[in-house]
Amino acid sequence: MNPPAGVDIIDANDFKVWKLGLAGAPATLYEGEKFQLEFNFGPNYPLESPQVLFVGDNVPIHPHIYSNGHICLDVLYNHWSPVQTVASICLSLQSMLSSCTSKERPPDNATYVKTARSNPKHTAWAFHDDTV
Amino acid sequence: MSSGSLSDDDFAGSSDFDEEYDSDDGSDMEYEQAGDVGFSDMITEKQRKKAYEVDFSVMPLADILSAQSSASNHVAGILGVTLDQAATLLRAFKWNKERLVERYMDNPQEILDQAGVVLEEDVSPVVKRPKGFVCMICFDDSSSGPALALRCHHVFCQPCYEHYLTQKIVEEGESRKILCPESGCNVVVNEQTIKKAVPQAVLDKYRKLQDRAYVADLDILRWCPAPNCENAIECRLPYSSFTSIVPTVMCSCGYKFCFGCGLGDHQPAPCGLVKMWQKKCADDSETANWISAHTKECGKCQSTIEKNGGCNHMTCRKCKYEFCWVCMGPWSEHGTSWYNCNRFEESSSTDARDQQAKSRASLERYLHYYNRFANHEHSAKLDRDLYTKTEKKMEEMQRTSDLSWIEVQFLKKAVDVLTSCRMTLRWTYAFAFYLAKNNITELFEDNQRDLEVAVEALSELLEKPIEREKIAELRQQVLDKTVYVGSRREVVLEDTAKGLAEGRWEFFTEFAKV
Repeated sequence: MNPPAGVDIIDANDFKVWKLGLAGAPATLYEGEKFQLEFNFGPNYPLESPQVLFVGDNVPIHPHIYSNGHICLDVLYNHWSPVQTVASICLSLQSMLSSCTSKERPPDNATYVKTARSNPKHTAWAFHDDTV
Repeated sequence: MSSGSLSDDDFAGSSDFDEEYDSDDGSDMEYEQAGDVGFSDMITEKQRKKAYEVDFSVMPLADILSAQSSASNHVAGILGVTLDQAATLLRAFKWNKERLVERYMDNPQEILDQAGVVLEEDVSPVVKRPKGFVCMICFDDSSSGPALALRCHHVFCQPCYEHYLTQKIVEEGESRKILCPESGCNVVVNEQTIKKAVPQAVLDKYRKLQDRAYVADLDILRWCPAPNCENAIECRLPYSSFTSIVPTVMCSCGYKFCFGCGLGDHQPAPCGLVKMWQKKCADDSETANWISAHTKECGKCQSTIEKNGGCNHMTCRKCKYEFCWVCMGPWSEHGTSWYNCNRFEESSSTDARDQQAKSRASLERYLHYYNRFANHEHSAKLDRDLYTKTEKKMEEMQRTSDLSWIEVQFLKKAVDVLTSCRMTLRWTYAFAFYLAKNNITELFEDNQRDLEVAVEALSELLEKPIEREKIAELRQQVLDKTVYVGSRREVVLEDTAKGLAEGRWEFFTEFAKV
């Protein structure tokens, strides 16, 4: 399958780790920005969700994205379904960025980043905001 | 501190303690002093439930299974759904039959959607692959081969279904609500489909998880925490009552534990108090307390300084501030008196010292209770060793005297009583730590002391070497003391339980229920 608009493959030669580029959609707060995503596929993929985080120097400033690259998005954790694909995750992320109305970090960013494990799947996420 | 009277002096004064329980009159009087009823009433009291006991029943695994199926049967009959669907609906309502039926009558479709149930005749989940089929998980597009679909008609190939369900059941331990693999589909995978899709071992695990979820979902049930025990305990007391009741239950496997928090028996202390006490013992707050009790801070840079000798003229190593250790004031005002301080009464220095005295007193108080708490815990461990020693003793007694096996059982009984008394005593210290100082607390401490003195006397008796000619006498003494210790324990538990129910105890701090 071809990558969706705004997504380009940086490195997908390894079956376990993929690096993708994500461009901020036009006419949104992130227009013109470039981000990097890292996908880590476990042995149980696609039954288990991959580990997805933003990497590189530019982590989008968004109320659901922590400065260490962790993403608070339900489909990546307990609402994962094996039918999801890399393309569908990228689309979810694009739409999450596009619907953002103010560029800010999550309110608990400082404490979370200090205490979080490197794998975001070890965090017990609470999904309380469906609007962004 | 009146509780400080529980020192070695009391144990040394065993002579007046002997008077207390050796003569019958003495022990009778004891009951009356403790605010209890007379001896004749004590016998009728035995039949009745004691104030510190709660009603409960033991539920073996088979009962848990039959309770689930009878609830499903009942609901299936009322709502006209299959057993499988009834169970799924009940699970969504945490097995609250009344609420489910009521809500279902109001709006059946909403409830069905919420619970992920599709009402349709039970059809086999095994389907033929439709034309142009591509499994959306593995992208297999061969037209033949087994495939499965729920009532939502999302078809996936059988191997994917099996892997998906195995992942959910074995890896994630999910059993309450396993949804159709399709993204966003809210239909629950029914048991029939699981049976068709996964191997027996996974199905067994699924059923085990369901039983576990059943017990976890119902507030009136709790698993027995003893290893390899598969029983649950049913206790119908509301959770909110556990501030004033300590719900100790005993499983048929013999393990005694608290229904409120699942820890081992902690009578007479309520769950909230136990939790607070354990946190206090585990965290570093007492280390900080030790530091503040044994050190002083430099008046200028606040470095912590421990004085380990020398004169009162201190020079802070860090900021070179010179001050007097006694009054904490600057040294420049002192002149040449290195070993005494005549500026002791200055108000600035008194404040600093008061603060230190306070934290020192609070540390001493904590250590007083903690040492006794820990000591009984340790002694209880030693008692277990004592138990093996006791068994040897019993064999020896059977050999050396004409006593039969049944007659030497008093030693085992004595050790059992001793261990349970130590467990009770241990928690009385945590309890007493949080009690405010007043007359009622003093009464509690009197009861506590009586029990402790009796326990130590029995413990001492059990460790004595056995002499052939004195066996009958020893047996009598051990029996007497065992009965006495047991009754002292009852007095303590009865009194604290009643006090909790009446709200008689005054704690100097608030604690949550569980």
